[in-house]
Amino acid sequence: MAEDTAPPTRQIERYLDSRLESADAAEEAAIAMAREVGLDEEEQHRFGMAVRETVVNAVVHGNRYNARKKVHLRITAEQNRLTVTVTDEGEGFELESLPNPVAEENILQQSGRGIFLIRTFVDEFRVRRATPKGAEVTLVKYARRG
Amino acid sequence: MSVRLSTRQVGDVVVVDVSGRITLGEGSSSLREAIRDLLAKGNRKILLNLADVSYIDSSGIGELVSGYTSVTNAGGQLKLVNLTKRVNDLLQITKLYTIFDIYDNEITAVRSFSG
Repeated sequence: MAEDTAPPTRQIERYLDSRLESADAAEEAAIAMAREVGLDEEEQHRFGMAVRETVVNAVVHGNRYNARKKVHLRITAEQNRLTVTVTDEGEGFELESLPNPVAEENILQQSGRGIFLIRTFVDEFRVRRATPKGAEVTLVKYARRG
Repeated sequence: MSVRLSTRQVGDVVVVDVSGRITLGEGSSSLREAIRDLLAKGNRKILLNLADVSYIDSSGIGELVSGYTSVTNAGGQLKLVNLTKRVNDLLQITKLYTIFDIYDNEITAVRSFSG
């Protein structure tokens, strides 16, 4: 019988305060998990940045820095895949309503690049309305091995 | 480590040496205030030296754009020099590479300012 050599799934879960410092903690945890699944240094950086930007959005636009609200972060590392969910307690948002930051008419806007960068840096990006309220953002990043 | 900024005069160009992290919060607001102060003092030729910027997020990119717009609207020029690979990549991804005047070395950058 073949021995199962796949490393076990590892998961971290945090309830983060609605402060910008939470993005530092989330990014640090994300990079550590990315290292564990074998992403190279540049991919670790990009994955960490995607998680940072997602948590910043949850703190700033979702929970609006409300000290009574938390950001729920879960990162799961499987053999070849990282899955992140970030859930806030805000009003939710519609992806379709966000302007394209690289369109000519928006290129000089000061804000609006966060989600664009997140989508660039991960393989899958989903948003859904959380229950009872808020937005749940899921990021998936695959570890490609040569 | 948050952002650190220092300015020096090279001819009629003000070079702002930026180091550390330009991220939402203190990092991005420091840069905004520095550019605002330079404009208020009458400087119109501003070169941001980003050689020691270890990290920049979407908010930091937004501050670069905001600085560019403020200086341009004041009739000046804001240029960038010594981008790290990561900053360079982000400006490529966001298509801002085509907006900014970007140089690999300071001497060439300083000489490029007109008037």
